[in-house]
Amino acid sequence: MTTTMPRLDPRLPTGPLNSAWQRTREGLPLISPANKRRLRVLVVGTGLAGSSAAATLAEQGYQVQVLTYHDSPRRAHSVAAQGGINAARNYAGDGDSVERLFRDTVRGGDFRAREAGCHRLAEISGAIIDQCVAQGVPFAREYGGLLAQRNFGGALVSRTFYARGQTGQQLLYGAMQALLRQVEAGRVELFTRREMLELITVEGVARGVVCRHRLSGELETFLADAVVLATGGYSNVFHRSTNAVQSNASAIWRAHGHGALFANPCFTQIHPTCIPSGDGDQSKLTLMSESLRNDGRLWLPLQAGDQRDPKTIPEAERDYFLERQYPTYGNMVPRDVASRRARELCLAGHGVGPGGRSVYLDLAEAIARDGKGAIESRYGNLLEMYARISGEDPTATPMRIYPAPHYTMGGLWVDYHLMSTIPGLFVLGEANFSEHGANRLGASALMQGLADGYFIAPATITAWLAGQPHPAVPLDHPACREARAAAAARIAALLVPAGDGPAGPGTGGAGRRPVEAYHQQLGQLMIEACGISRQGDRLRAALLELEALRGRCGEELRVVDHGTPNNPELEKALRLQDFLGLAELMLRDALAREESCGAHFREEHQSADGEARRDDANFAHIAAWEHRPGAEPRRHSEPLSYTAIPFSQRNYR
Amino acid sequence: MSVPAAATICLNLRIWRQATADAAGGFAPYRLEHVSTDLSLLEALDHLNGQLIAAGERPVGFEHDCREGICGSCGFLVNGQAHGPQAATTVCQLYLRQFEDGATLVLEPFRARAFPLLQDLSVDRSALDRILMAGGYCSVNTGSAPEANAILIGRDQATSAFDTASCIGCGACVASCPNASASLFVAAKLAHLGQLPQGQPERARRTVALQQRMVAEGFGSCSNQLECEAVCPKQISADWISWMRREGWR
Repeated sequence: MTTTMPRLDPRLPTGPLNSAWQRTREGLPLISPANKRRLRVLVVGTGLAGSSAAATLAEQGYQVQVLTYHDSPRRAHSVAAQGGINAARNYAGDGDSVERLFRDTVRGGDFRAREAGCHRLAEISGAIIDQCVAQGVPFAREYGGLLAQRNFGGALVSRTFYARGQTGQQLLYGAMQALLRQVEAGRVELFTRREMLELITVEGVARGVVCRHRLSGELETFLADAVVLATGGYSNVFHRSTNAVQSNASAIWRAHGHGALFANPCFTQIHPTCIPSGDGDQSKLTLMSESLRNDGRLWLPLQAGDQRDPKTIPEAERDYFLERQYPTYGNMVPRDVASRRARELCLAGHGVGPGGRSVYLDLAEAIARDGKGAIESRYGNLLEMYARISGEDPTATPMRIYPAPHYTMGGLWVDYHLMSTIPGLFVLGEANFSEHGANRLGASALMQGLADGYFIAPATITAWLAGQPHPAVPLDHPACREARAAAAARIAALLVPAGDGPAGPGTGGAGRRPVEAYHQQLGQLMIEACGISRQGDRLRAALLELEALRGRCGEELRVVDHGTPNNPELEKALRLQDFLGLAELMLRDALAREESCGAHFREEHQSADGEARRDDANFAHIAAWEHRPGAEPRRHSEPLSYTAIPFSQRNYR
Repeated sequence: MSVPAAATICLNLRIWRQATADAAGGFAPYRLEHVSTDLSLLEALDHLNGQLIAAGERPVGFEHDCREGICGSCGFLVNGQAHGPQAATTVCQLYLRQFEDGATLVLEPFRARAFPLLQDLSVDRSALDRILMAGGYCSVNTGSAPEANAILIGRDQATSAFDTASCIGCGACVASCPNASASLFVAAKLAHLGQLPQGQPERARRTVALQQRMVAEGFGSCSNQLECEAVCPKQISADWISWMRREGWR
């Protein structure tokens, strides 16, 4: 059942879109510097969104505490973003503008994101580039010294700023350095190797978190006047993805359990160009930036089952399938479209490589046109990475790629102020669900993470703090004690003593089966039922299988306590428990959304030529799920309306 | 078939095992039978850990996360070399096809006074962040930046700044230095910001501050062995250390 909840108020601005954010900002209350010093903000996560928010809040005078599960803020997985960051600057003189970036974002998201949020993102995009350049981020330059831009999937203009294939790394270091500057100044306290296990709410307001110190194993309580989660996405629910292997959903999932609604969990993006998996022990699906699609052509043998050396297959026997099916956009179609077409052809037997699970990405034509040196300088580190992982030279033989889970558009529901349904809990970056709708455009994740962190959250958190009393919460407050007890109980239930524990079914002794084995089963189930292509009966069957898997995990999943204070297996088990819960919500959401939109493709809802068929009459809304202890989750909806852009079907043909 | 079936390999591992910082440590022998050469060395350790867990033993502790050579979490010595024998490679990107069947690999943690050992192959490299805190940044508050294209930077200059900015903070340079110096790490940050117009106002102060902090954190001085350059996964040139020296005379 879907209901509209009275408290699901997105606090959207009224009036003309193009001045909405400025008007909102100017209407927000401020706090005097003397009072800011007395207020504490807790930021969980040090990726682009977390580091930029923490640094900016500290610059503004707040006391900031920052938590990360890494040993250093520089390790957050934003570091791995390759391709670039979008900004509407029209430096390329190709007709780009804030309006165009806005419209591309709404259309790219397939009309499932809020108009006002997308417009704000496009407006802020330019200031992000200014900020990063001022920090010393070494963006690519033209010979004359101006900033260079490139084209990216889903766009007809060149608006993507980049630093070779390491844009995320350079932007993160800029934000991290701003953060470290504030640590030195004494305005930020940095707590590394902390994993958030529980949220603390007092009278319904977010006031802190309980963490486990990953080295000492101790549970610690952090209290604040506002809590920010910038903990990234949940692609690892699929086990193998392009995310770092320890990326997890625990912070947002725990907040969901405390009452934060979870929006559009089934909107997950599969990236078309990743290095396919070979061996079962492979831990990671490595992304090859889609910027490669600027110069690389995707193709498969016309003849199914053709396993000849690709270089010996003549032009006439190759199917450049995206160029054939989408003459206008060709290889530059959005990620979901490219992934779906690749999967279909592989299922039809045209796939190449081990198990027929890859397609060719061929740089030969670009090398013939621009020279090998030019291509190598454009994609240097990507090509090296490919060669190292695959053992093949991508300039000599076509690369083999396949789609892999990459990004999650879904996340905790937030209003226009980036506040969740738990007052005082702000959610930033990939962890929230905001501006990408049902599908994110390439090079827009970095833009959103930094817009949230540098510009939006500092303004809206100030507004929140200005309007609230801040009674001190003592460490022995019942809410703190309960949160610590809940975390301690979950840990105790997982640990078994070293030595021969009681034998569990098929485990050869409690704690004798790696957590990874269960995670692998979850991933298999999710990628098949809730991956590139979804279908009602398969989703329903997957819900039953998932229930069985959860049951098995409840009985069997144990971790041996070796007497050392740290325990990486315990961390994996805690994360897996949260992924299991989230997986159920994803399946339910995919089942409830009886339409195809963006990255969510339901086989029942497609046109005769296999394109997604959206249902704007019934599904032009954000689905926001409420956790109900002991009962099925309840689906709420926030209707979406568009004033600047009429509904249209995406057409990349 | 254009792609041959994956080859397999057997490896003898000698791994430094030390349960806690205070416990006694030592090498323990392990053997991996017929693992795919398409695995990275870290994936081979995952495989080994699966076997240890099944046997009820404590898995080998090592740092890792992105598994694509960019986060800088991983790093230990393989047969005495930081990140192993392949140039320009982090240990997560070191694939077993680099090794002979039946080879023996000795894995031990980075050893440096400024990197206290935590467990097995893990060390604490937070000293590197504390060096950056001393001034490894441009002091610009959010919202105060000028228009991006108001600052012109030549392409070669931007490229050179990028090359030094690509340091991932893995600490291999320190671990390979006989003096456990962080000179390459410091020089890379000084050169990243010092080559750009944005870094000029604080250039002189930064040069002094970072080097002083490096010494205060217990790192040694450069003794021109150039081992750092040889192991750097991002191939940052030790010429930048000379550049840093000249900075001191400016």
